[in-house]
Amino acid sequence: MSAEVAIAAHGLTRRFGKHVAVDHVDLAIPPAQIYGFLGPNGSGKSTTIRMLCGLLHPTSGTVRVLGHEVPAQAEQLRRKVGYMTQRFSLWEDLSVLENLEFMGQIFGLSRAQRAARVGQVLERYRLAAMREQRAGTLSGGQKQRLALAAAVLHEPQLLLLDEPTSAVDPQSRRDFWESLFDLVGAGTTILVSTHYMDEAERCHGIAILDSGRLVAEGSPRILMDSIAALVLEVEAPDPRAARQVLQRQPFVKSVAQLGTRLHVLIDPQLAAAHSRVQALLGEQHIAARVTEVRASLEDVFVAATGFGGVERANRHEQAVGTS
Amino acid sequence: MSTLIHAIAFKEIRQLQRDRLTFAMIVVLPLMQMLLFGYAINFDVRNLRAGVLDEANTSTSRALIADLQASGVARIETYSGSSAELSQQLQAGHIALALHIPRDFERRRLEADRPVAQIIVDGSQPGLENIARGLASMPLPGRSGAYRAVPRNFEIRTEYNLEKRTATQIVPALIGLILSMTMTMFTAVAIVRERERGNLELLITTPVRAFDLMLGKLLPYVVIGLVQTTLVLLLGRWLFQVPVRGELSSLYLAALVFIGATLALGLLISTLARNQTQAFQMSLFLLVPSILLSGFVFPFDGMPRAAQWIAQLLPLTHFVALIRGIVLRGAALSDLQLPLYKLLGLLVVVLLVVTLRFRKRLD
Repeated sequence: MSAEVAIAAHGLTRRFGKHVAVDHVDLAIPPAQIYGFLGPNGSGKSTTIRMLCGLLHPTSGTVRVLGHEVPAQAEQLRRKVGYMTQRFSLWEDLSVLENLEFMGQIFGLSRAQRAARVGQVLERYRLAAMREQRAGTLSGGQKQRLALAAAVLHEPQLLLLDEPTSAVDPQSRRDFWESLFDLVGAGTTILVSTHYMDEAERCHGIAILDSGRLVAEGSPRILMDSIAALVLEVEAPDPRAARQVLQRQPFVKSVAQLGTRLHVLIDPQLAAAHSRVQALLGEQHIAARVTEVRASLEDVFVAATGFGGVERANRHEQAVGTS
Repeated sequence: MSTLIHAIAFKEIRQLQRDRLTFAMIVVLPLMQMLLFGYAINFDVRNLRAGVLDEANTSTSRALIADLQASGVARIETYSGSSAELSQQLQAGHIALALHIPRDFERRRLEADRPVAQIIVDGSQPGLENIARGLASMPLPGRSGAYRAVPRNFEIRTEYNLEKRTATQIVPALIGLILSMTMTMFTAVAIVRERERGNLELLITTPVRAFDLMLGKLLPYVVIGLVQTTLVLLLGRWLFQVPVRGELSSLYLAALVFIGATLALGLLISTLARNQTQAFQMSLFLLVPSILLSGFVFPFDGMPRAAQWIAQLLPLTHFVALIRGIVLRGAALSDLQLPLYKLLGLLVVVLLVVTLRFRKRLD
């Protein structure tokens, strides 16, 4: 296994009939990092993850995970990979302890190993108090901790998480990410799909997927710095009027309202954008304060999925990382 | 047995215990079917509702009516005044059988070469015509001065079921019906449910092999099937005095092969059905022809050739042949090689199809 990449994919493509769910995706994910797939629903995040663990066969393209060809050598990979599905998929009619014991048996842990590991994860993920409780009666956050505990029980080198935080409250999400960083600290590679910007921002590297294509890739900071758009913030007492004016301009790529402020993405080719926007609003007698701001990840996402305005951060920058 | 299979089987049993409805069905279903079929299905018809039109009204005609009543086959409900009224009663379904004694009854009785009266039966109900035929050979009161016995051409002797009780024919075959229901339906639904809930997606990413997974899931059902077989045999003995004449070892071996075949069908359905409802419907779709064509209720030999061919594809057909042979006729498996090999053949074919269809993948 090469030390540089945990997951390498070339030209990864998957069709369902005529629909192309994943379209020629190239990936080089370094080990011991959290790598995020960011994309709207139906962008191909889950399909890609399923192909990476051999659940689905690619229509074309090659995948190497931890040095194994997938899907040909997917079975050798099983013990090295932990997978957490989008939905809670442990057994709701079994107790917390029974679920963990069963998963331990399935992964071939010996009786002694099981006893030790189950005890450890029960403590680490704060499940000890509800060990006898049926999984179906747990709260969203507790279910998620149980799913993570089951996925890491066999100490996998790679953890695949498919939208793991879609059903939990913000506090649980924060705790969950703390656990992920603990795992990365211990050398685990984590691949996580999400549609939350704040989660994507925590990743060492992210790939933005749109309609099955990889439209931007790199560390969140590099992506924000290299956004192919100028970001202006317009503060106006009547933001809707300002919005109507701005949306008519051909050089305005996107306008999003945040309370009384407008977040405006402008074509970077436009010269003196700041003063032109100010003047434009003045002509329409709209009082507004225009400031140039740093792009957020959401801007990057909108630019990448909306009008393809992000140039790919190249692999070197990403390998250096910004963590 | 590998620890993996053991772990899966153990988990399955634990879930079955907690699913009270399924667990109850496993025990209650055989009991219910047993009572239902054992008591309700009866080819030995008694107490048919009958109507009488007596236009002769002589002492002999009244004696004939009394004889009909006394035979126990018919229970006279109505006396009609005209043949139109009698027809109307029959059409409305108030009576299933009618006895029409004509005005010239006494003369016909003396002439001896004409039928003395008419029995009308409701042909829309199955099996009644045979009853009428039986009644037609009933001796006539007072002909040649005394009750005259009709000479018979053949003597009939019924082997293996001397009392001619329907329960004796039904109960052994009932094992097959109950196993068909529970094995096929419960396994198909259990596997599809696991797929619906996403459990299977998780299991596929683990080192579990498809073979271990299937075997582990099916083993508890094999045990359940054997328990049900025993339950039906014991109940049959207590409630309907159905004897077991053959070897118990032959019986359980045949049951085991049949359980294998029905489980394989359940597996096949689970690979075809997208959700639990579909799995349920497909099992039912399989069950109806099994009941009708297997010889469980209707004699196999009386069916048209096409139906017999279809019946060959149903495991229940061969199991009914096996179990009736073993339980009622005291036959050994060596006497019943043909149905045994056909059943084994079906098992192998279905398993092959399942192996081809079941892949440890999602697509």
